[in-house]
Amino acid sequence: MENLLSIEKSQPGRRGIRFEKTVHAPEAYLPQDCLRTSAPRLPEMSEFDTVRHFTRLSQKNYSLDGQFYPLGSCTMKYNPKAYDVLSVLDAFANAHPFAPESAVQGTLQVMYELQEMLKEITGLSAFTLQPAAGAHGELTGILTVRAYHDARKDTARCEVIVPDTAHGTNPATANMAGYRVVNIQSADDGCVDKAALQAALSEKTAAVMLTIPNTVGLFEKDIREIADMVHKAGALLYMDGANFNALIGVCKPADFGVDVMHLNLHKTFAAPHGGGGPGSGPVGAAPHVAPFLPHPIVEKHDGKYTLNGQMPQSLGKMKAFYGNIAVCLRGYCYLRQFDAKTLKNIAEKAILNANYVRAKLKGKFDAFFDENCMHECVLFVKPDDMNGVHTADVAKRLLDYGFYAPTIYFPLIVPEALMIEPTETESKEMLDAFVGALEKIYDEIFTNPQLVHDAPHTQPVERIDEVSAARQPNLRW
Amino acid sequence: MFTPHTSKDEQEMLDAIGVPSIHALLQKIPADLLYPKYNLPAALTEQQLTAHMHALAAKNKPLKNFIGAGAYSHFIPAAVPALSGRGEFLTAYTPYQAEASQGTLQTIYEFQSCMCALFDMDVATASHYDGATALAEAVLAAHRITGREEVIVSGLLHPHYKEVLDTYTRHSAIRLTEAKPTSNGTLDVQALKNQISQQTACVVISTPNFLGYVEQAKAISQLAHEQGALLVAQVNPMSLGVLQTPGSYDADFAVAEGQPLGNPVSFGGPGLGIMTAKKAYMRQLPGRMVGIAKDKNGRRAFVLTLQAREQHIRREKAASNICSNEAICALNAVIYLTLLGPQGLKEVASLNVERAHQLADRIHNIKGFNVLSGAPFFNEFVVFCPVPAAQVIEKLAAKGIAAGYDLGKTGEAMKNALLVCATELTTPQDIAAYASALEEI
Repeated sequence: MENLLSIEKSQPGRRGIRFEKTVHAPEAYLPQDCLRTSAPRLPEMSEFDTVRHFTRLSQKNYSLDGQFYPLGSCTMKYNPKAYDVLSVLDAFANAHPFAPESAVQGTLQVMYELQEMLKEITGLSAFTLQPAAGAHGELTGILTVRAYHDARKDTARCEVIVPDTAHGTNPATANMAGYRVVNIQSADDGCVDKAALQAALSEKTAAVMLTIPNTVGLFEKDIREIADMVHKAGALLYMDGANFNALIGVCKPADFGVDVMHLNLHKTFAAPHGGGGPGSGPVGAAPHVAPFLPHPIVEKHDGKYTLNGQMPQSLGKMKAFYGNIAVCLRGYCYLRQFDAKTLKNIAEKAILNANYVRAKLKGKFDAFFDENCMHECVLFVKPDDMNGVHTADVAKRLLDYGFYAPTIYFPLIVPEALMIEPTETESKEMLDAFVGALEKIYDEIFTNPQLVHDAPHTQPVERIDEVSAARQPNLRW
Repeated sequence: MFTPHTSKDEQEMLDAIGVPSIHALLQKIPADLLYPKYNLPAALTEQQLTAHMHALAAKNKPLKNFIGAGAYSHFIPAAVPALSGRGEFLTAYTPYQAEASQGTLQTIYEFQSCMCALFDMDVATASHYDGATALAEAVLAAHRITGREEVIVSGLLHPHYKEVLDTYTRHSAIRLTEAKPTSNGTLDVQALKNQISQQTACVVISTPNFLGYVEQAKAISQLAHEQGALLVAQVNPMSLGVLQTPGSYDADFAVAEGQPLGNPVSFGGPGLGIMTAKKAYMRQLPGRMVGIAKDKNGRRAFVLTLQAREQHIRREKAASNICSNEAICALNAVIYLTLLGPQGLKEVASLNVERAHQLADRIHNIKGFNVLSGAPFFNEFVVFCPVPAAQVIEKLAAKGIAAGYDLGKTGEAMKNALLVCATELTTPQDIAAYASALEEI
C-alpha cells in the first residue's frame, strides 16, 4: 500500500469533486474535429483518498519545519507562518496581472516598497522583481550587462570570467547569455587570485561573476581592489547574492563596486523553498546599468503606483507578467518585521552559528580553510584516513540521526566537501545535537564503517541505484 | 525574536570559537565597509504586520473578472492549498537527498505522469518558471536538435511570450520570423506553407491562441514535418479537457502555463511552466526530471534523474542554467487533477466552453458590439466595440467589472478590440450583468 502511485489507487467512477452540469455538451459549441477523442489517464479518487494520499507523501519528506537543514549556500532559515497566511490573502491571490492599475494599488504598493527596501539594503539604485529564481536572476543580470555593453557599441566583449568556486549556474548562465566562459583558479586562501584575474581580464571581458561571501564561506577581503581591476578593464562586476544572508545589515554591495547583483528571496528573505520552488530572484543595478533592467518596474507618482513599461533601453522581458509576486509578498513581510538593527543581528548570528559548528568539529571534520568563516563553513572528509568512508556516506548517515545532509561535493575546489550553513534561526541546542551526531558518525567510521557505508537505514527507502534509473528512465506512468 | 540565542548562549559559543566578540569574526571585511547607515522602516510586530497587510490588501478592488490573456481565474478546491501548504512540502528543499525526499519526488513523478496523460505526450519535466520561459526553452531545444536557425513564431502568440522568446534567443544563432494571421483570428495556413523551409528549426503555434481561437494544428504540424521542422505547441492545459491534444497532432514539444490547474493568478506569478516532448528528445530537455528507480533492497524509489544535462554537473555545457522548478505550483496542479480525474476535468472544461459561448452570444446581440467568429474558441474571444476598448474597460471598472484585455495595446488597428474571458466562475448572473453594462455604453 505504502508505495503506490495515485493511478494505482484509482477506481473507475470514483471522483473528488463535481461541477455544475452544462446545458449542452461541448459538441454543441465546437466542431468535432477540434475535440479530444479519448479521456486522459488521470487518477480517479475521492477527496478523502486524495487527502490521505498526499498527506502520506508529505510524511515521507524531511522538511525544515521538522528537521535541521545544514545546507550550505541554501540558507534554510525558518519560514514564519504569518507569511503563509498574509501572502495569499484573497485580494492578493485574485489580483489579475492585467487588471486596471486602480484596482491593484495594494499589490503595486508592496512591489514598490519591496524594490525600495532592496535598494536601501544593497545600496543599488534600481531593482526588478521579475526573475523567478536565483538562476533566472543571474541570467537577467548577465543579459542586463550585455544590454549595457551593446548600448555603448562595446560589442567585442564576449567573455565572462567565473572563479572555480562558483555555483554551476554561473557558467551555465554566461553560456546561455551567449558568452564564452573563462574559468579562473582560486588562490590558496580560497579567495580570488588577483594575478589570475588580471591575466584573464581584457577588452574581451564583459563581466566578472563573484559570489560574496564566496562558496568556501569567506569574504573577498580585496573586493574593492578587485572591483577596480574589473572596471579598469571596462567590464562590470556581477555579484551572485546567494550568500547575502551573511551581509544583510552589515554592508552594502554597492560600496564594494558591484554593478549588478541578484538576491534570493527564498534564501535571505525567509520565503520557503517549496521542495524546489517557486523562488524569486530580484536583480539590482547601479545607476549606469539600471536603464537596461527588464521592464516594467513599479513607480510611484502623486501617491499612485504604476507599472512603467516605458524603458527604451530595457533588455525586454524575462518572464510573462511581473515576477513571482506571491513570493515577493513574503519577502516584503520579512523586511517589514525587522528593522536595520535586527537584520544586522540576523547576519551576525548566522556567522556565529557557522563558526561554532566549525570550531566544535575541529579535529574530527576539519575546515578546508582553517580560519574564521562567514555564514557557512566548508569541512571535508578524508577517505584514506577514514576507512574509505566518503562524504556521501557521512551525508546519508546524518539522515539516520534526523538531520538533513549538508551540501556535499561543492565547492569543487574542496575534495569531499561538506558545506554547512546552519542559519541564524537554529538554537545552540540544535547545533550541539548536530555536532553530537557528526561526532558519533566519526566514531562509527572507525568502529563500524559498514554501518556508515550502507546508510541510510531509517528512511522510507534505502540507498538508491541512480545509475540504472538514468540508463533506462521511467519518467511517467 | 527571529534568532533564538540568549546572551548566555552567545558567550558560550564565542568561548568555543575562541574569539572575544562576533565583531572579531568579521575582520576580513574592510572597516569602512562595515555597518553603513540604513534608512529602513521600523519593525512591526506580527499583529501590526497582519493589520498592515490586510490594509494593503484592502487597497486592491475586487472586480468581477472577465480578463484572461494568459492568467485565468478558476475555482480552486479547498483540498489543494490545504495539502500543498503542509510544512512537510512547503519547507522542504530540492530533493537532492532522495531517501529523505520521497514525498516531493513522488509528487513530481505523478505530476509528470499527469502532464503526459493530459497533453498526450511521451515525457514531461518537473516544471519551469512559467509558460513563457518553458516555450523559450523548448525553442532553444528545437534549435539544438535540428541544427537549424530559423524559428517561425505565430503572430498570435501572447505578447509577453514573444518578448521572452526574443530575450532568450537574441544572443543565439536563432532568427525569429512571424507567421501572419488572417482576419478570422487564426494563422494563415497557406501563407505559412510558403514560409516553412528546410531552414526552419521549428514552427511555434499557440492554440487556443492569444485571441482565444483554436488553430488548425494538424495541418500546420504536417507542413512543418514535411520540411523536417519541429512543431512547438503552446496550449491552455485546461482546454485539453475538451480540445484535441498536442499528441494527436504530432507536436514535438508542447508547453503551457499551468496556472489554471489549481493555482491562483497572484498578479501573474508564480506561474507553472509545463514542458512536454516526444520521447526522442528526452535527453535534450532542460530542467529537472524525476524517475522511478530501485533501492538496494529492490523497493520502488523515486529519484532525480538524467542529471548529466544539468548545470550542477555540466556547468557551462549544460542544456540550460535552470536550477529549480516550481514544485509547489506543480504540486497544486497534480492535487487538482487528482481531485478532478478525467471526468471532473471534462466537466470544468465544458463549463468554460459553455459560459464563454453564452457570453459571446449575449454580447453579439448588443447593438454596436460584434464578436469575432469563424474559428472555434475555448473560454476567450474577441469583441469589437463601438468605442475604444480602453473606454469600455474604464466604464465597466466603475461598475465593479474587469471587462477584459485591451487589444489596442497590441496595435492601433485593434484599438476597439477587447479580449474577453469566461470560466466556470462566470455565473449566468455575471453574464447578464456584463451584458447590461455593455448596453449602457
